Amino acid sequence: MKVDVQGLVVRYGDVTAIDDLSFSLAENKIYGLLGRNGSGKSTLMSVLAAFRKPTAGTVLVDGEPVFENGRATSRICLVQHGVDPADKGDRLKDALALAGVFRESWDAECAERLMDLFGLPRTKKLGQLSLGQRSAFGVVVGLASRAPLTMFDESHLGMDTPTRYAFYDALLADYMAEPRTIVLSTHLVEEQAALLEEVVIIDSGRLVLHEETEAVRSRGTSVTGPTGLVDRFVEGLTVLNQRQLGPTKSAVVYGSLDRDASGTEGLELGPIPLQDLFVHLTEPAGVTR
Amino acid sequence: MFDDRSPIYRQIADRIKADVLSGALEADQQVMSTNQYAAFYRINPATAAKAFQQLVDEDVLYKRRGIGMFVSPTARDALRAQGRETFFGQVVDPMVAEARSIGIPLSDVIKRIEQLEDGR
Repeated sequence: MKVDVQGLVVRYGDVTAIDDLSFSLAENKIYGLLGRNGSGKSTLMSVLAAFRKPTAGTVLVDGEPVFENGRATSRICLVQHGVDPADKGDRLKDALALAGVFRESWDAECAERLMDLFGLPRTKKLGQLSLGQRSAFGVVVGLASRAPLTMFDESHLGMDTPTRYAFYDALLADYMAEPRTIVLSTHLVEEQAALLEEVVIIDSGRLVLHEETEAVRSRGTSVTGPTGLVDRFVEGLTVLNQRQLGPTKSAVVYGSLDRDASGTEGLELGPIPLQDLFVHLTEPAGVTR
Repeated sequence: MFDDRSPIYRQIADRIKADVLSGALEADQQVMSTNQYAAFYRINPATAAKAFQQLVDEDVLYKRRGIGMFVSPTARDALRAQGRETFFGQVVDPMVAEARSIGIPLSDVIKRIEQLEDGR
């Protein structure tokens, strides 16, 4: 499913959660939605799923407005973290059956397979699950929905490492069997980066960047060496961060470098993990760590 | 599983090249599919596809429509020739520089190489 967001604004009273946001998602890619706490990720996803009406701007899915559009929303699945208190008394098997009723794309066989994979007890009530189990149940519902737009809002919360790996394997296998547009919001940037074809980074409700994950990764470089040399090298470049250790300086620069740039003598140039780039790109101005 | 030094697709491409060089992958042998690579390395299939595309562009692999990817008959010789071109610059020169900086006389290095050669 294609998504087009234009000039989106969401306000809660005095608070502007989404501030004039525009971007587009193509069909059948896996996107990562990254942002610090309170950056507007969950608000954005709930608007994309039509759980919430925007204050201003448009959200189109496959060219149609999403809000109060049953035909569109039946093809969208948002897995939020935390369970609606009203569901707490439902047994897992009943909750699954209910999830299937509303979706024509629902794959019951897939749901059963994933319930077994995560070892989820079918007769337990939702309110009795641990956080990790609740997250796993959300993943079951999200994947089995086979919705053309499926969004997971931090669906790894509380999962232990083996369970997260099982989640990633199941996600990839299911996506390859049935390609669709998937959005993952996450703070586990390093662990999940390889799953993401593109990343959308937002900060204070605004777009920081939207690009191919590999392109973002190749755009950050750390430059380390004697202070004078580093200063000369980074002149005119976008410096995201600088740190000093005695006579040695290390700077993080953003943007493509001339491959055969002169003046690298005596300097050590290295890559920056995506997670560190993300931290620097969303750092409040003037902060140095 | 991957380091941060280069894009993941390049690392996958390098591994396939290493397999061609070592003979683990032979001429005209079929390689695993993009999806198999993606599942195995737990990466986005578009990334794996990018690695394969790079190898097709470099004539290491060729595509047979609807069947899959195969090792080019010329790949091994071409990779060996490339490897010979970069060997001294990428392997020997840094080794000599390292030996100098930690104070190992080059004559000791040469002695070691000769020992390894005799041991064969």
